[in-house]
Amino acid sequence: MREMIKMLIVLTVLATVSGGLLAAVRESTKEQIEVQVLEFVKGPAIRSILEGATNDPIVDRFQLKDGDAERTFFVGVIDGEPRAVTFETSGKGYGGDVGLMVGIDTTDDKLVGVGVTTHGETPGMGAKAKTDPSFVAQFKGLALKDPIKVTGDGGSINAISGATMTSRAVCGATNEAAALYEKLKPQLTEKLKEFKK
Amino acid sequence: MARSIVQEFTKGLWAEVPPFRLVLGLCPTLAVTKSVENGIGMGVATTFVLVCSNVLVSSLRKVIPAKVRIACYIVIIATFVTVVELVMQAYTYPLFLKLGIFIPLIVVNCIVLGRSEAFASKNGIFRSLLDGLGMGIGFTLALSALAAVRELLGTGDLTIWEKPIQVFGPSYQPFSFMVEAPGAFVALGLMLCLMNMVGKK
Repeated sequence: MREMIKMLIVLTVLATVSGGLLAAVRESTKEQIEVQVLEFVKGPAIRSILEGATNDPIVDRFQLKDGDAERTFFVGVIDGEPRAVTFETSGKGYGGDVGLMVGIDTTDDKLVGVGVTTHGETPGMGAKAKTDPSFVAQFKGLALKDPIKVTGDGGSINAISGATMTSRAVCGATNEAAALYEKLKPQLTEKLKEFKK
Repeated sequence: MARSIVQEFTKGLWAEVPPFRLVLGLCPTLAVTKSVENGIGMGVATTFVLVCSNVLVSSLRKVIPAKVRIACYIVIIATFVTVVELVMQAYTYPLFLKLGIFIPLIVVNCIVLGRSEAFASKNGIFRSLLDGLGMGIGFTLALSALAAVRELLGTGDLTIWEKPIQVFGPSYQPFSFMVEAPGAFVALGLMLCLMNMVGKK
């Protein structure tokens, strides 16, 4: 009986101490891990969109509430003005959701650029949306007031050959971003003023 | 079999080097040795876990009841592995992505549990520390050696701190079999063979 109790106590104490230690480590590394995930998963897309930015968009980020969801916005300082914002949306592709980072210039409501972050598209076909810069380059400078479509649907974007679904997903995600931008614009411009130095 | 303190440390480096002599911990040995960088990263992570768990198991060896000792060891090891995993995510994210699932799998690495059970539970704290350190460094060296052979033959480069160094020059035709899974078995087999030949005298 005594042995039984000792076993229980030792294991309980060990597990408790271990749990406490892990919670502490997790708490202290949480922020750093978030930064790393941003840097290595979304960072490349953000940096290629905000090429001319003089700040670090990953550091200059803020969150806004969109209904129940929290969205993260990355600010790009171009020509000394915090005028570009990028944020992530997604569209339905051939192999699941296609994550898209969309950059918008708040002074003229035009696209600064887009970049694919995560996707499950076919390598060599739909995956070109991420690897072939000439496809996403078509979005640069487009105005947001008209819906963006591929040429087959009456728009101006040349779809990637053999990957119409993916091309539509990217257009869809851009349009979703435009709608979201329209909705949140008052809050966004308010927030952007804070970055003015 | 009384060993001096120095021997306690050096046995892990040559006489009982884990993957080649004890033939323990083969899962990471085969899986992550595609590049030297991965090998070193895995080795360092395992060394940290080995040293910490050895010290803790050794200091608690009189408290832990014999019947639940394995469960206790696993709790201790798993805690340190999770610490390593979180720290790697926070500071060396690209390496963490490359090593992936093999970091959490250190929990079931035979070397770590094996040293706790066979050594730390019967020896003092200082000796256990040296044993863990020696075994860990031996494991790191073994992984690096195997990875160097595979990466060199498989790609013609050696990657250190994300900078590939072309060893054989641009005209080298990569023997890509070596960086694939079957190449790991062949390379390990040849390594074991070599170790036995040298060790035999």
